[in-house]
Amino acid sequence: MTITAPGQAAAGAAAAPTVAIQGRGPWRLAWDRLRRDPAAIASAAVIVLIVAAAVAAPAVAHAVGHGPNDQYPDVGLTTAGLPVGPSRRFLLGTDNLGRDLLVRVLYGARISLLVGVAATLLATVAGVVVGLAAGYFSGLVDLTLARFMDVVLSFPYLLFAIALVSVHGPSLAITILVIAFFSWAAIGRIVRGQTLSIREQEYIEASWSVGSGAARVMFVEILPNLLAPVIVLATLLIPTAIVFEATLSFLGLGVAPPTATWGGMLSDSLAFYQVAWWFPLFPGLALLALTLAFNLLGDSVRDALDPAGWRTVIG
Amino acid sequence: MGASQDGDALLRLRDVVKHFPVGQRRVGATADVVHAVDGVSLEVRRGETLGLVGETGCGKSTLARCATRLLALTSGRVVFDGHDITALSRRQLRPFRREFQMVFQDPYGSLNPHRRVGSIIGDPLTVHGLADGSAGRRRRVQEAMELVGLNPEHYNRYPAEFSGGQRQRIGVARALVLRPKLLVCDEPVSALDVSIRAQIINLLADLQRELDLTYLFISHDLSVVRQVCDRVAVMYLGKLAEVAPVADLYRRPRHPYVAALLSAVPVPDPDLSDRRQRIILAGEVPTPVHPPAGCRFHPRCPKARRRCVDQAPELVPRGGDEARHVTACHFPVEPGDDLALPHPPIDQPGQDAGDDLAPVAGGGR
Repeated sequence: MTITAPGQAAAGAAAAPTVAIQGRGPWRLAWDRLRRDPAAIASAAVIVLIVAAAVAAPAVAHAVGHGPNDQYPDVGLTTAGLPVGPSRRFLLGTDNLGRDLLVRVLYGARISLLVGVAATLLATVAGVVVGLAAGYFSGLVDLTLARFMDVVLSFPYLLFAIALVSVHGPSLAITILVIAFFSWAAIGRIVRGQTLSIREQEYIEASWSVGSGAARVMFVEILPNLLAPVIVLATLLIPTAIVFEATLSFLGLGVAPPTATWGGMLSDSLAFYQVAWWFPLFPGLALLALTLAFNLLGDSVRDALDPAGWRTVIG
Repeated sequence: MGASQDGDALLRLRDVVKHFPVGQRRVGATADVVHAVDGVSLEVRRGETLGLVGETGCGKSTLARCATRLLALTSGRVVFDGHDITALSRRQLRPFRREFQMVFQDPYGSLNPHRRVGSIIGDPLTVHGLADGSAGRRRRVQEAMELVGLNPEHYNRYPAEFSGGQRQRIGVARALVLRPKLLVCDEPVSALDVSIRAQIINLLADLQRELDLTYLFISHDLSVVRQVCDRVAVMYLGKLAEVAPVADLYRRPRHPYVAALLSAVPVPDPDLSDRRQRIILAGEVPTPVHPPAGCRFHPRCPKARRRCVDQAPELVPRGGDEARHVTACHFPVEPGDDLALPHPPIDQPGQDAGDDLAPVAGGGR
């Protein structure tokens, strides 16, 4: 503790009225904390880089002159029919069909990001709406919705995905829907739990006493208090969804070939990793970098939003 | 406030009962219920401040929530300004909510930490569609802020940026922005420091004069009640023990429980405090799940007799009291009674020959 000299104190008091005191809400404070977190900056940079690469994929393909699905059996494969390693023509080497691995990894980022973000958005909206309704209405509504969430969480999702894909055939939309369907319940359960505790706050009663209806209490009073955990959960759900997509593609249940996906490329590389190290390495590294960045960013967001820590509540 | 006629009641509660089920319901067994409020009739007259006093858990907050229909009644009636609002749905209640508002106890818990103060205070305007545009809403909110002594410039701040006393002013502003007739204050000052408490009490008194308000003022602090209320109703275990004008009640309490409560009010003068007789009651407040038969206070009452076990006393004027001073006691306190006596052994038959006609009904659990 330092003792302020009288002169300094007077100067501070004189300066105070001229500087308008800006109200700093909880969001502003969290943002300030996030900006000062090196892990957050680094992982955000990696994500921005990968997003930029995904956006620039067609431009890169144009620049190197190789489309994502163009096969080069003459220059892209050895005389024995094996992938060729990194060279000036193919910067990251080729795959088993003589396609440019660099272009395919960049195009794969598009699928990963699209599926990750779209599935997370769907799952988050569904989880928040169902969790809010279950927590707010309680009684029979809660019983039904909570049991439904338990059922979804206990579903063997791979078997379900295999069954669904064998009926519909693999596609991007089915992949997104399957991932969202198996992810929303985890968010729904946490939202329900938080809603149950926020519901008991006096300001909810105050809202009822001024005449608010159920929708207003749920979305104006309760939802803002849930945003922090929901943002954290959603950020952490993106990498899970990306890995989920890679898993499905790896098993041939995701997006149909020849569309480039990281999971599909890893699957194709299984037979060649002993002779072509670059084939599994680059899609694998891309997957690792993206999921790690999202996970670290999620952790940083959680710390920024609540330094006291709800680690006990949300993982 | 002067004596008002019966027809001048702004809020009238008739035999209000609120039971809460507790615990697991087993097949074939009736669930236990908490008898939070068990038959309370009370009226709040236009322009007065009615104090509702009692210990923690006596049901005063539950009664307030029944009166404002935040809770559905188990039985009984609530009549506000001549309209029976007992059975109205939330939607049907909405127009009435403009007329009665609540101020809550906890200045921290009663304001949503994620919303700006202006939007919290403006909530009633938005809900009732009285916003007349965002500029009009802002003007009315800032008027309300000024009314309760807040700086209207702080419209965009969050509750966390205010002190406890200022937050309670925010709560009052929210309640007043619709200019209601009745304000139900549920322990509005008990969470505040003593110095802040006086500010809020004075604010409430000023607002009552300016805006012609009627207050139902709930508190467990008898000195605060004495300061702000015109009439006082004392609750014990879900029932009213005594209702009287404030001066009468403090000068001459008739219910032994009220006498004991008043004897426990701290007196700032140490000499006076030493000389005063402090009534220490026997035992604890019984559980409201199995309230005692007859008079609820009989297991702890130094004046209890057989009749107190057998028959619940009615809330009527006792022994020459005015019509406005009603007491639920068979044997009201008379001057010179020694209430420091131990609880008499009324549960043994034959002890009190005159009243001992019926077998003991069992006092409580």
